Amino acid sequence: MDLENQARIKDLAEKYGKENLIIVLGGGEAEASGLAAETVSQGDPTFAGPLAGVSLGLKAYHIFELKEEVDPQVYDEQVGMMEMVLDVDEIIEEVKEYRGD
Amino acid sequence: MLKGKKAAILGDRDGIPGPAIAACIETAGAEVVFSTTECFV
Repeated sequence: MDLENQARIKDLAEKYGKENLIIVLGGGEAEASGLAAETVSQGDPTFAGPLAGVSLGLKAYHIFELKEEVDPQVYDEQVGMMEMVLDVDEIIEEVKEYRGD
Repeated sequence: MLKGKKAAILGDRDGIPGPAIAACIETAGAEVVFSTTECFV
Protein backbone atom coordinates (compact mmCIF):
# COMPACT_ATOMS: atom_id res chain seq x y z
CA MET A 1 0.00 0.00 0.00
CA ASP A 2 1.19 3.47 -0.97
CA LEU A 3 3.23 5.05 1.87
CA GLU A 4 1.50 8.41 1.59
CA ASN A 5 -1.87 6.74 1.84
CA GLN A 6 -0.76 4.85 4.94
CA ALA A 7 -0.03 8.20 6.57
CA ARG A 8 -3.45 9.56 5.54
CA ILE A 9 -5.27 6.53 6.90
CA LYS A 10 -3.36 6.77 10.18
CA ASP A 11 -4.37 10.43 10.56
CA LEU A 12 -8.00 9.68 9.74
CA ALA A 13 -8.12 6.82 12.24
CA GLU A 14 -6.84 9.16 14.95
CA LYS A 15 -9.30 11.88 13.95
CA TYR A 16 -12.49 9.81 13.67
CA GLY A 17 -11.76 6.72 15.76
CA LYS A 18 -11.73 3.17 14.50
CA GLU A 19 -15.43 2.62 15.32
CA ASN A 20 -16.48 5.39 12.94
CA LEU A 21 -14.09 4.88 10.05
CA ILE A 22 -14.27 2.12 7.50
CA ILE A 23 -11.94 1.47 4.60
CA VAL A 24 -13.44 0.64 1.23
CA LEU A 25 -11.18 -1.09 -1.28
CA GLY A 26 -11.42 -1.30 -5.04
CA GLY A 27 -8.51 -3.63 -5.70
CA GLY A 28 -8.65 -5.57 -8.94
CA GLU A 29 -6.82 -8.54 -7.55
CA ALA A 30 -7.12 -10.62 -4.37
CA GLU A 31 -3.55 -10.44 -3.10
CA ALA A 32 -3.24 -6.65 -3.34
CA SER A 33 -6.68 -6.20 -1.77
CA GLY A 34 -5.76 -8.50 1.10
CA LEU A 35 -2.49 -6.67 1.61
CA ALA A 36 -4.32 -3.34 1.92
CA ALA A 37 -6.84 -4.88 4.35
CA GLU A 38 -3.99 -6.31 6.42
CA THR A 39 -2.14 -2.98 6.45
CA VAL A 40 -5.09 -1.00 7.85
CA SER A 41 -6.02 -3.65 10.42
CA GLN A 42 -2.80 -5.23 11.65
CA GLY A 43 -0.08 -2.95 10.27
CA ASP A 44 2.15 -2.81 7.22
CA PRO A 45 3.49 -6.35 6.64
CA THR A 46 6.29 -4.99 4.46
CA PHE A 47 7.49 -2.73 7.31
CA ALA A 48 8.07 0.05 4.80
CA GLY A 49 5.48 2.68 5.72
CA PRO A 50 4.04 4.67 8.61
CA LEU A 51 1.79 1.74 9.56
CA ALA A 52 4.71 -0.65 10.14
CA GLY A 53 4.10 -2.13 13.57
CA VAL A 54 0.94 -0.04 13.98
CA SER A 55 -2.23 -2.04 14.45
CA LEU A 56 -5.07 0.38 13.72
CA GLY A 57 -7.75 -2.31 13.89
CA LEU A 58 -9.76 -0.73 11.07
CA LYS A 59 -12.28 -2.80 9.19
CA ALA A 60 -11.77 -2.94 5.43
CA TYR A 61 -14.42 -4.00 2.95
CA HIS A 62 -14.15 -4.46 -0.77
CA ILE A 63 -16.80 -2.53 -2.69
CA PHE A 64 -18.06 -5.91 -4.00
CA GLU A 65 -19.10 -6.80 -0.44
CA LEU A 66 -21.19 -3.66 -0.07
CA LYS A 67 -23.35 -4.19 -3.15
CA GLU A 68 -26.53 -4.69 -1.13
CA GLU A 69 -26.17 -1.30 0.56
CA VAL A 70 -25.59 0.72 -2.59
CA ASP A 71 -28.21 2.12 -4.96
CA PRO A 72 -28.47 -0.66 -7.59
CA GLN A 73 -28.43 1.69 -10.57
CA VAL A 74 -25.33 3.54 -9.36
CA TYR A 75 -23.61 0.24 -8.52
CA ASP A 76 -24.31 -1.09 -11.99
CA GLU A 77 -23.00 2.04 -13.66
CA GLN A 78 -19.86 2.33 -11.56
CA VAL A 79 -18.91 -1.24 -10.67
CA GLY A 80 -21.00 -3.57 -12.87
CA MET A 81 -18.44 -3.93 -15.63
CA MET A 82 -15.53 -4.78 -13.33
CA GLU A 83 -17.68 -7.18 -11.35
CA MET A 84 -18.04 -9.22 -14.52
CA VAL A 85 -14.32 -9.47 -15.26
CA LEU A 86 -12.73 -9.77 -11.82
CA ASP A 87 -12.63 -12.78 -9.51
CA VAL A 88 -15.18 -11.47 -7.01
CA ASP A 89 -15.23 -14.54 -4.72
CA GLU A 90 -11.46 -14.75 -4.40
CA ILE A 91 -11.14 -11.03 -3.64
CA ILE A 92 -13.90 -11.10 -1.00
CA GLU A 93 -12.44 -14.20 0.65
CA GLU A 94 -9.04 -12.53 1.00
CA VAL A 95 -10.35 -9.21 2.34
CA LYS A 96 -12.74 -10.86 4.83
CA GLU A 97 -9.89 -12.77 6.41
CA TYR A 98 -8.51 -9.58 7.97
CA ARG A 99 -11.76 -8.44 9.56
CA GLY A 100 -12.06 -11.39 11.85
CA ASP A 101 -15.82 -11.69 11.33
CA MET B 1 -23.77 -0.71 8.21
CA LEU B 2 -22.49 2.24 6.15
CA LYS B 3 -25.02 4.80 7.30
CA GLY B 4 -23.41 7.58 9.33
CA LYS B 5 -19.89 6.14 8.94
CA LYS B 6 -16.84 7.91 7.60
CA ALA B 7 -15.33 6.11 4.65
CA ALA B 8 -11.77 6.19 3.36
CA ILE B 9 -11.53 4.81 -0.14
CA LEU B 10 -8.55 3.05 -1.64
CA GLY B 11 -9.45 2.56 -5.28
CA ASP B 12 -7.34 0.73 -7.83
CA ARG B 13 -6.54 1.83 -11.35
CA ASP B 14 -6.79 -1.80 -12.49
CA GLY B 15 -9.88 -2.52 -10.43
CA ILE B 16 -12.47 0.00 -9.31
CA PRO B 17 -11.19 3.60 -9.16
CA GLY B 18 -11.76 5.89 -6.18
CA PRO B 19 -14.44 8.16 -7.72
CA ALA B 20 -16.57 5.15 -8.77
CA ILE B 21 -16.47 3.75 -5.23
CA ALA B 22 -17.24 7.19 -3.77
CA ALA B 23 -20.35 7.51 -5.95
CA CYS B 24 -21.56 4.13 -4.64
CA ILE B 25 -20.75 4.69 -0.99
CA GLU B 26 -22.54 8.04 -0.87
CA THR B 27 -25.80 6.39 -1.92
CA ALA B 28 -25.46 4.11 1.13
CA GLY B 29 -25.34 7.07 3.53
CA ALA B 30 -21.64 7.13 4.40
CA GLU B 31 -19.51 10.25 4.29
CA VAL B 32 -16.43 9.97 2.09
CA VAL B 33 -13.54 11.60 3.96
CA PHE B 34 -10.72 10.41 1.72
CA SER B 35 -10.55 8.89 -1.72
CA THR B 36 -7.60 7.86 -3.82
CA THR B 37 -6.81 5.57 -6.72
CA GLU B 38 -3.69 3.50 -6.29
CA CYS B 39 -1.63 1.99 -9.02
CA PHE B 40 -0.04 -1.33 -8.12
CA VAL B 41 2.08 -1.65 -11.27
